[in-house]
Amino acid sequence: MSRQGGRGTESKKMNSELFTLTYGALVTQLCKDYENDEDVNKQLDKMGYNIGVRLIEDFLARSNVGRCHDFRETADVIAKIAFKMYLGITPSITNWSPGGDEFSLILENNPLVDFVELPDNHSTLIYSNLLCGVLRGALEMVQMAVDVKFVQDTLKGDSVTEIRMKFIRRIEDNLPAGEE
Amino acid sequence: ELSLAAFALLFSELVQYCQRRVGSVAELQERLAQLGHHVGLRALDALVARERPGRRETKVLGVLLFVKGPLWRALFGHDADKLEQANDDDRTFYVIEREPLVNTFVSVPRENSSLNCAAFAAGLLEAVLGASGFPARVSAHWHKGTTLMIKFDEAVIARDKSLEGR
Repeated sequence: MSRQGGRGTESKKMNSELFTLTYGALVTQLCKDYENDEDVNKQLDKMGYNIGVRLIEDFLARSNVGRCHDFRETADVIAKIAFKMYLGITPSITNWSPGGDEFSLILENNPLVDFVELPDNHSTLIYSNLLCGVLRGALEMVQMAVDVKFVQDTLKGDSVTEIRMKFIRRIEDNLPAGEE
Repeated sequence: ELSLAAFALLFSELVQYCQRRVGSVAELQERLAQLGHHVGLRALDALVARERPGRRETKVLGVLLFVKGPLWRALFGHDADKLEQANDDDRTFYVIEREPLVNTFVSVPRENSSLNCAAFAAGLLEAVLGASGFPARVSAHWHKGTTLMIKFDEAVIARDKSLEGR
């Protein structure tokens, strides 16, 4: 992970508190705007997707990682470089499926959930669902269709927070005839 | 610590979400202010517990300095650039920021040139002042960079005067 310094926002860091609280304000607002948790989950995923689509550009420009050759490499880049760069944490990678097309990210101290306690009436809310959207959106831009979901969440009393990632297929470039 | 880019992307998505649900610039700023409100209330409790254990500000000047220093440092990573009082009105104060964080990545489209995403910071500040016992109206303006104009309730200034000399 080599970086060249001195370009714009390159390595600018900030206190996570403003980020955490702003995210909380967003989730609270969505809970007011939508009737049920399912819709909030969907909206968070959608917003995450929009973020991911833009984030990947920023990431590729800054990180100097080339094309990943397989899903294992992708997992490494996500956990060790991308999460570190954007959220300041390094999730561990576990539970590979035998076919190598599925793995889990285990998040300790997820900065999105600091100071958060889910009220009882939001038991189906997936508070950090934005992250799933971000991962899906970012990977789609590098031609990987991936299924991302939370399977465990400390906010719901599980002992760890686990995001399950499943590779679906490679997205072929379908350029219309005459382009390029 | 996390990347500024993460916040910038989140904030931008937040602004766009609000934009889709409102009809005017004023409404959009109002929404951003509400979100800022939510953040301000929560930031205040955590910060007071950490920085001023067991003590709260009772004077207007004290609370303004708290805002300019510790609050701004904790949230935005640096002190606010300037704190000024209006010459002609003892209720009005200004917190001036040349380059507010929330505006760093925002390009304002020409047709909405009055839009100021610092409305978020204004809402945040209003909540902090209100919850500290200094009810005020805070609004964001384009002036010397971005200026947050604080207009305290009459009662706040009256109380401050009566406390003078004690």
